[in-house]
Amino acid sequence: MSPHFDKATLVDAVLELIRKTSTQLPRDVIAAMEKGIANEEEGSPAKSVLSFMLKNAIEAETNSTPICQDTGTNIYFITIPVGVSMRMVEDAIIEATKLATKKTYLRPNSVDPVTGVNTGDNTGIMAPFIHFEEGDRPELKIDLALKGGGCENVSDQYKLPDTRLKAGRNLEGVYKCIVDAIHNAQGLGCAPGVVGIGIGGDRASGMIQAKKQLFRKLTDINPNPELAELESKLYTDLNTLGIGPMGFGGNTTVLSVKIGTVHRLPASFFVSISYMCWADRRHSMVMDEKGVRYD
Amino acid sequence: MIELNLPVTEAQIRDLNVGDEVSLNGIMVTGRDTAHTWMIDEKPDEVRELLKGSVLYHCGPVVKHENDEWSFVAAGPTTSIREEPYQGDIIKEYGIRGVMGKGGMGGKTLQALTDHGAVYLHAVGGAATILAQSVKKVHGVIKLEEFGVPEAMWIIEVEGFKAVVTMDSKGHSLHAKIKENSEAVAKKLIGIN
Ligand code: SF4
Repeated sequence: MSPHFDKATLVDAVLELIRKTSTQLPRDVIAAMEKGIANEEEGSPAKSVLSFMLKNAIEAETNSTPICQDTGTNIYFITIPVGVSMRMVEDAIIEATKLATKKTYLRPNSVDPVTGVNTGDNTGIMAPFIHFEEGDRPELKIDLALKGGGCENVSDQYKLPDTRLKAGRNLEGVYKCIVDAIHNAQGLGCAPGVVGIGIGGDRASGMIQAKKQLFRKLTDINPNPELAELESKLYTDLNTLGIGPMGFGGNTTVLSVKIGTVHRLPASFFVSISYMCWADRRHSMVMDEKGVRYD
Repeated sequence: MIELNLPVTEAQIRDLNVGDEVSLNGIMVTGRDTAHTWMIDEKPDEVRELLKGSVLYHCGPVVKHENDEWSFVAAGPTTSIREEPYQGDIIKEYGIRGVMGKGGMGGKTLQALTDHGAVYLHAVGGAATILAQSVKKVHGVIKLEEFGVPEAMWIIEVEGFKAVVTMDSKGHSLHAKIKENSEAVAKKLIGIN
């Protein structure tokens, strides 16, 4: 039997999810930042900047204020049980988004590209961005990430082969694209970043897969041993680039690298790179007959 | 950590080097795109006294208005490079000693820093809550009606406002240096030259 969720309860639950996501840096991200602090030299700008970021995150959580004023694109990945209306869930999210903007958990961030008018409540065409999948369990799972403009602007997409990088259509070619992209990003995406990668697909599905990777816990190890090896090699090598927090130099350029794949056409080989800033804001909630749980 | 009490002297600024961490105290002014074009086009006198020897901060704050008083809620830096066409001339015209924002600026600004004795200060992106806490008092606002909240020029008193010198008055840019080094490493990792 499929569970029944009423919309009012769902609106409240999503509002709390938005508040948590905007104001609380996830524990695994805090742990990765702490590891970064330990890896930086005593007295270096890198060390003090990382500590400053963490202090800001703690302060934001205590005061329940946004970690960063750019509360970004609101990205939802939803697993919905059989028999629950997608339209009801979507309506509840839109309502919660408007409320969250009123309560200043979100900054008004949704601009019509033709007229330049800001809707003022973070809703609009494909805003917030919601992706649905149907699941087997009698529960509704909602993952939310807030992704700012600075880091979205340094995200990138490559097409293999790439002559300039001497990159072929294989994992070695993928590696080269990612090194190039993170070098190009410098500190502009508010480094240290979390790098989500989608190998394959078309230009859209590859980037969605890259964004989906951003929901994995930073400690998560890829079940595919080849990809697990590439993730760990990239993590080590990217941190030798010397870009460091905010691009001030140092050993902490990325906090984690996460790779997913999408089956591709024989004719295309895309590498999609989604860069998430240190203010890596993502949380999830699960709702079932018993109530709501947050991660 | 170097304490800088605003307004500062040219000598104090010429002493600073790339990589120095500073803590700012005193009165500075915010300004984004509209403020920059205004200062270039109309050369307004009302900001002269405020900017002389002080810092122009690239910031579009989130503000609160309560009991007739303004306060800063979120005050992180915005990307500075958009002001590259104007910044050098504004430094010269108004005798500014520091420009603050994020991401660094280009060659024209770097030259102006050397010529007129100023530095580029980099604030920490995303640290909106803490930076707003360093803004102790809002003394006033210029062109609020006309420019809107983020673009208006906010006159703020700060205490212990942290930033890093990433471009100094000796022609050094940390951004250029980091990029050059990271490019060398990247090329090696990629296997190209
Ligand atoms: S990229 Fe920087 S400014 Fe933008 S949301 Fe992230 S931390 Fe904030």
